[in-house]
Amino acid sequence: MSALDSLQRLEAESIHIFREVVAESEKPVMLYSVGKDSSVMLHLALKAFAPAKPPFALLHIASGWDFREMLEFRDATAQRFGLQLLVHTNEEGARAGVKPWTHGATYADIMLTEALRQALDKYGFDAAFGGGRRDEEKSRAKERVFSFRSAQHRWDPKNQRPELWQLYNARKNRGESIRVFPLSNWTELDVWQYIHQEGVPIVPLYLAKPRPVVTRDGRLLMVDDDRLPLAASDRVEIKSVRFRTLGCYPLTAATISDAVDLPGVIEEMLLTTTSEREGRIVDQEGAASMEKKKQEGYF
Amino acid sequence: MGLSADLLPDGIEAYLTAHQRKDLLRFITCGSVDDGKSSLIGRLLYETRMVFDDQFHALQEDSKKVGTRGGELDFALLVDGLAAEREQGITIDVAYRFFSTAKRKFIVADTPGHEQYTRNMVTGASTADLAVILVDARKGILTQTRRHSFLVALLGIRHIVLAVNKMDLVAYSQSAFERFEQEYRVFAQQIDISAITCIPVCALGGDNLTTHSARMPWYPGPTLLEHLESVTVAAPGESADAAFRMPVQWVNRPSADFRGFAGLVAAGSVRPGEPLRVLPSGRISQVANLFVGEREVPEAVAGQSITVTLTDEVDVSRGDVLAAAAQPPEVANQFEATIIWMHDEPLLQGRAYLMKIGTKTVTATVAPIKYRVNVNTLEHLAAKKLDLNDIGVCGIELSSAIAFEPYRDSRVLGGFILIDRVTSHTVGAGLLNFALRRSQNVHWQALDVNKLARARLSRQKPCILWFTGLSGAGKSTIANLVEKQLHGEGRHTYLLDGDNVRHGLNKDLGFTDADRVENIRRVAEVSRLMLDAGLIVMVSFISPFISERRMARALVQPGEFIEIYVDTPLEVAESRDAKGLYGKARRGELKNFTGIDSPYEPPENPEIRLKSSLLTPTAAALQVMGYLREGGYIDVEGEWEI
Repeated sequence: MSALDSLQRLEAESIHIFREVVAESEKPVMLYSVGKDSSVMLHLALKAFAPAKPPFALLHIASGWDFREMLEFRDATAQRFGLQLLVHTNEEGARAGVKPWTHGATYADIMLTEALRQALDKYGFDAAFGGGRRDEEKSRAKERVFSFRSAQHRWDPKNQRPELWQLYNARKNRGESIRVFPLSNWTELDVWQYIHQEGVPIVPLYLAKPRPVVTRDGRLLMVDDDRLPLAASDRVEIKSVRFRTLGCYPLTAATISDAVDLPGVIEEMLLTTTSEREGRIVDQEGAASMEKKKQEGYF
Repeated sequence: MGLSADLLPDGIEAYLTAHQRKDLLRFITCGSVDDGKSSLIGRLLYETRMVFDDQFHALQEDSKKVGTRGGELDFALLVDGLAAEREQGITIDVAYRFFSTAKRKFIVADTPGHEQYTRNMVTGASTADLAVILVDARKGILTQTRRHSFLVALLGIRHIVLAVNKMDLVAYSQSAFERFEQEYRVFAQQIDISAITCIPVCALGGDNLTTHSARMPWYPGPTLLEHLESVTVAAPGESADAAFRMPVQWVNRPSADFRGFAGLVAAGSVRPGEPLRVLPSGRISQVANLFVGEREVPEAVAGQSITVTLTDEVDVSRGDVLAAAAQPPEVANQFEATIIWMHDEPLLQGRAYLMKIGTKTVTATVAPIKYRVNVNTLEHLAAKKLDLNDIGVCGIELSSAIAFEPYRDSRVLGGFILIDRVTSHTVGAGLLNFALRRSQNVHWQALDVNKLARARLSRQKPCILWFTGLSGAGKSTIANLVEKQLHGEGRHTYLLDGDNVRHGLNKDLGFTDADRVENIRRVAEVSRLMLDAGLIVMVSFISPFISERRMARALVQPGEFIEIYVDTPLEVAESRDAKGLYGKARRGELKNFTGIDSPYEPPENPEIRLKSSLLTPTAAALQVMGYLREGGYIDVEGEWEI
């Protein structure tokens, strides 16, 4: 009997998690952020239920500041696999004019965290798959695979259910819902390797290409369209850049890169000296900021 | 992550290939509050280049602000994640860390040392293959050390590393280290741990973590990382001789022509064509196809998430277990179990909880609590309830029977959680030790006098001679002659005849397809018991369906089932009509008569084909005897190969 390698084990574990949730919850949904982790999650979900389609919809929280290429990729992906795509935007926030560069940290609270709560309540989902990984961040490292949220969507790190073996207790109390992280035990390198090995489709923004960028506070921001207000001093330059993580484009810094294919991206990742989340401006406000966000319902 | 370009000497593709083939070691670290667990893991992450520059800068800042090392780098801060922990200066929850080296990938469960968080330690241990237990070189083996060792051994971890930390504070003393090692090995004999490696380390200085310490030249063994990279640990289900087990998670039914059973293979391997038993029902079928995702595969092994299709429409649902037909797990509903209680509300005798085991959820009642274990002294104490973090040995009764294996043989089929029915919280975890009363579905009881022993005594290799064919083909006549011949030679035999069995054991059955299937199932089971008793069993039944004969074959080992097709054309059998049955059937007085208005499916590859229209019954019997002699089933000199 041949021993399984680490990616085969991770794949099997994730598929097991998907199936447990579908078997034990009433109305699951997949949080689909269009990023590489979502791509891998979707690929695993397709495997978990083949030849049937995954028995749940994809939910995208659109902030209104999404990269255009991500939206195109999102729509094409849902169509290709014949999956139901739900898109939710916090309209109230949008009407109030909440913008990334005017509201700072509150922007993410309103347009992402609040929007996610709204969508989950609106559709009554009782379980939501998310692409979070334990290697991303210190508070994630301590979160269970099945992570419960109160009716107010709060996470209580001191009162997590023990999670033994691969036995997941998916029973909920009234009003509770579960966030489920099938990629909990994957690392960034595992994700890239799996994408490479399995040919998982990803948004082209992860690969280097000449793109129009401006420099703000030492970060390269892509001028995705004319929604980004340009100051007289802003100089739009064309540079070969790519993204290590993808979020709202005014909040996601590009990196200078020549990695035009996956091996190039992985090589760059191996040789880089900064962590993945450094490109996310939203995560950098206080060492315990992620833990606070999670307690408040951030995914 | 300070990898430099020279670490990719053969290019990225070569690196990727090598990295992909790496296996995965999951381990747990445990120790008392100030033993330096977080420092040790932080240091390991740092030394294996898993710390990025921005994280390193944050570490430098944090070390000045909240570090316990007077501004020096405090590696513990790399892993002490939650704000609450930082405030209290302790680790309150199990945290998972990831690193890899050129040889292996690792997942570390960093678990807390405080007694009140025992449940988290058990959580971390449940998925680990190895445990690193830290002790402080100044303090040696403490009560906590014993408790942690007992818990990891209980959860089935057989490999322990005793890391004697803070060697700098005992002047790197060899005698101190050896004293602790000696003391620990004596203790470990009580708790069933087979592999112990003791390593003197200094987590803060990095001594013997990734490089051999110049300050402890007297220590000849591996560094911690060398040991983690090279130790061989195999889950019990992954050994080559493990029997196939798969709890069914989900039935995949996208269309009328596909019905697949999805699950994670818990043990053994499986291939298309192999017979499987569905438990607890005990029904038998055969693997049609195996899938990983959409891809059809020729074999599936323990650890893979697969989808199985079967050749028959047997009833299978979530919670059932698919198992190798010839080696099924036991089925029972009363057990002795070891329970670890994890909730503030105590476990009470007689209260009903939900039990989840594998993919099955049943109602469970705990009674009686036999004793509670003092985890510090391993003493047994009388108890009426179990409080938070108590460990007790109890009887447990379930609302329905389940397929199971003792926890020491299978974490999947022997490990369970208890769920409070009102709050839905996971309140306990448990390990099945053994069944107390076997249910009617039980399959095996290991006995000292087995088939081989009985066969030796009677100088024959037991087998089933399964005569199949139309009514009136001559099955019983030939079988009777074979038995007379065998009996004359002093062999131990028994003949199960269709008509006779229907007068007794199967008198409640008619001739519908469902009853015919049940008729054969019972006869197959009876003949298997007789085979086990060491007999040469003759079965003379029309047994018209291929799938039931296949089921009967699957119950026994290869070579033990000899299918004999008594091949007679319908018109010949009908012309004999010794019992007048064909006449009745033709007149419509007898329904569901094989060959007339009920089908006969001839065997595809019978071991023996007897053309009874061309042979006399005696010649046919001699042909069967010849087969038995050539196959070594009967032999004058008593040379037995089984």
